[in-house]
Amino acid sequence: MAIAGEDFSVIASDTRLSQGFSIHSRDLPKTYKLSNSTVLGACGFHGDVLTLTKVINARLKIYENEHHKKMSTTAIAAMLSTMLYYRRFFPYYVYNIVAGLDDEGKGCVFSFDPVGSYERESYRAGGSASSMLQPLLDNQIGFKNQQGVERLPLSKDKVVNLVKDVFISASERDIYTGDGIIINIITKDGVQEERFPLRRD
Amino acid sequence: MIVCLRRPLFRNQYDNDVTVWSPQGRIHQIEYAMEAVKQGSATRAPSELSAHQKKIIPIDDHVGVSIAGLTADARLLSNFMRSECLNSRYAYDRPLPISRLVAAVGNKSQIPTQRYGRRPFGVGLIVAGYDEMGPHIYQTCPSANYYDCKSMAIGARSQSARTYLEKFLDKFVD
Repeated sequence: MAIAGEDFSVIASDTRLSQGFSIHSRDLPKTYKLSNSTVLGACGFHGDVLTLTKVINARLKIYENEHHKKMSTTAIAAMLSTMLYYRRFFPYYVYNIVAGLDDEGKGCVFSFDPVGSYERESYRAGGSASSMLQPLLDNQIGFKNQQGVERLPLSKDKVVNLVKDVFISASERDIYTGDGIIINIITKDGVQEERFPLRRD
Repeated sequence: MIVCLRRPLFRNQYDNDVTVWSPQGRIHQIEYAMEAVKQGSATRAPSELSAHQKKIIPIDDHVGVSIAGLTADARLLSNFMRSECLNSRYAYDRPLPISRLVAAVGNKSQIPTQRYGRRPFGVGLIVAGYDEMGPHIYQTCPSANYYDCKSMAIGARSQSARTYLEKFLDKFVD
């Protein structure tokens, strides 16, 4: 899941890879650093995740060769949309979230469906347990369903703590979520990684 | 090879197509292409307002090339090299070994030296890179030959550089 702040962006994923009731790996992050200002979170069918990330990395290099500059977060999001729709009739079974800083340095989060429909948002939870996490984000970040609350901009530390709380709650009830999380904090100084353990059951 | 002045020059009959051998066993078109490299094009633009051509082109994180000759041909070859490097990273998740990259350039350059209607690439490259076998320098020619080098200089007025490098090669200790 990803949250966009004023001048930062946070994207986190759990590290469990499961199939049915079995666990393939307890340490397999689903976030992929694309550049110093963009991180991709991709979950779903892991085979397609790996191929998609390979293709995206190749496309990033091609863009750099042609335009002599790194791709911006907004450009990557737009390109990903076209890549996914290209496979409209045999889709990548991947749920993507692109998080980073836009051209003005503000945090941005773009969420995708498997065939490329995308939208810029301030927060989004995707993958398994998304239906449990999204309402919690709506309440805490969107201040939905709350009366008489002051809508303050959230600080980086508050957001990171919220992310941890949200994943802890998800791993309590969702069997596919657990083992650990990786939190990527994207600021103008680059991408900072933080690991945090979760329940292993 | 120096043509003896006493023999009349038959060059004009055998130098229009790359598919024609001369009686001396030479293909003049290829030799003319090598001349283009030896002249080593001036890649500085006359005006400060126009962008000047760079002679050094990055190919991948571990390879770069320096060009002498037709810049347009160099662009084509370097785009080809870039795509070969990208394919290696995509398919095998590792950087392309320099020897394979240069061999691919050689194979590609050979085609227009033997096909009617095409002309050889008018550019020589110095390919410098680092792979798991260590650092490498290669020189490629329009003739599609490529040479593994310890050090090299190409282009206009490069002979003095080559002489210098030969003299002082032992002094360049890593």
